[in-house]
Amino acid sequence: MTDVRVVVPGDIIDTSISAEDGGEETTVLRLGPGLAQAGEEISASAAGVLHNKEETHQWWVVSNRRRYVAAEGEPVVGVVVGRHGEGYRVDIGSAQDALLPLLAFEGATRRNKPNLTIGAVVYARVVVANSVMDPEIECYNSNTGKSEGYGELTGGFMFKCSLGLARHLISAKAPVLNALGTQIPFETAVGVNGRVWINTESPETTVLVVNAIKNSEYLTAKQCRQMVKELLDKQ
Amino acid sequence: MVVEIEPSKIETAFLLESLEKGIRVDGRGIYDYRTLQISCGPTHGLVEVQLGQTRILARVSCEVTRPFLDRPTEGIVQFNAELSSMAAPGFDSGGKSSPQEVAIARMLERVIRQSRAIDTEALCIIAGEKVWGVRIDIHFLDHGGNLVDAASIAAIAALKHFRRPDVTIDGEVAVIHDVKERNPVPLSIHHTPICVTFGFFGPGGLAVVDTNLLEEQTQVSSFTITLNSHREICALNKAGGIPLEPKQIQRCIQIALAKVDEINEKIQDALNAN
Repeated sequence: MTDVRVVVPGDIIDTSISAEDGGEETTVLRLGPGLAQAGEEISASAAGVLHNKEETHQWWVVSNRRRYVAAEGEPVVGVVVGRHGEGYRVDIGSAQDALLPLLAFEGATRRNKPNLTIGAVVYARVVVANSVMDPEIECYNSNTGKSEGYGELTGGFMFKCSLGLARHLISAKAPVLNALGTQIPFETAVGVNGRVWINTESPETTVLVVNAIKNSEYLTAKQCRQMVKELLDKQ
Repeated sequence: MVVEIEPSKIETAFLLESLEKGIRVDGRGIYDYRTLQISCGPTHGLVEVQLGQTRILARVSCEVTRPFLDRPTEGIVQFNAELSSMAAPGFDSGGKSSPQEVAIARMLERVIRQSRAIDTEALCIIAGEKVWGVRIDIHFLDHGGNLVDAASIAAIAALKHFRRPDVTIDGEVAVIHDVKERNPVPLSIHHTPICVTFGFFGPGGLAVVDTNLLEEQTQVSSFTITLNSHREICALNKAGGIPLEPKQIQRCIQIALAKVDEINEKIQDALNAN
């Protein structure tokens, strides 16, 4: 990308250029997070860097914040805060607690279902997220019936970070995870709601991994590798 | 509605397990303070303190008021703590002050006013008529645990940084000079009390210094020691929790002494830098 365009809420975004590229007037614009349509105009609803893809006419804003707003299909790490008739209430860091149905687990039936206690940590996927309903999450893929890695997380440690860092970690390019992975075996579950679960052999290494990830937020790939090396040497 | 979200089971279990081995979740030693940053200014009496993730802004302001009837020669010093939802999503902004806000403001009052760190008689302009009313507003910008220590550092640093307009008294008439006309004068502060809070964990009562948010939510008891640079104890605060042995308290005081010296130096550096 050559020029970076920073927008703040209320900025009117001129999307006409991409429409002209398509040649036809009926080109469909696809608006991603941080953009909203008001009448004829498209304006930003979040502060961040504006991105667009010419070919698909997609526009979205990438921003860093700490408060999660649930969006469909995203993996999240949540804490069970309550239980009622048909499901659990799970805190995923958004304004409303998410609902996790009792049967939304791999192989769960009316007679045989996992029993989560209050304070348990789950890795789940958001299935319902809109402005009028509480978000709903599930610990399996409802199409295949398999857990696909979702479910209760036991052992290890969970920490909170900014949403930007969480998204960066999940993108698989994250240099800090790669640098750590070559030196220490560890398990991780990254929720885009800014919660990361880590498990290693011993508390010492868990603390090391947690600190390395937290420190990596504003570092370049090279600095990340250097920082991980220094932390490992210190141990 | 204040909803404080309890930490998850794996967080508390991990914290206690590692503490038994002498490891803290943020990689510090058990008697290590987090990185402390103090920045003063740009105006007098405005101080921002960062203690790890915790961030506090302290603002001192003053106005001329009538003294209390029973204390005609003493100025009024007021502390006001404000926990907004900016600090943590569980806090409620606006409305009446929460018990936690009151507890922090009350603690600061004990630490700074009742230890006579600030000379209230020097705030008198005309006895029984006019005194300075000094107000210290503490704004919590981010809650990373140990608000009391950070707030005490911010409050005393802001008071030391503050300058009030100069006053000359001619018989019954007091003239308050504009800050442009005559250099404003500092408040008379006798000593710098600083809080050091310990958290206790498990049945053994293992102590750690400067608890972060997770530790604060997991601890069985906390104990705040307030000392000044003359090695005098200004206040002790322990509300509930497990009982402590005299030996433990002695040990905490020894550790606190070293911490207070370090913090005092930092405050001095920050004030000198401005």
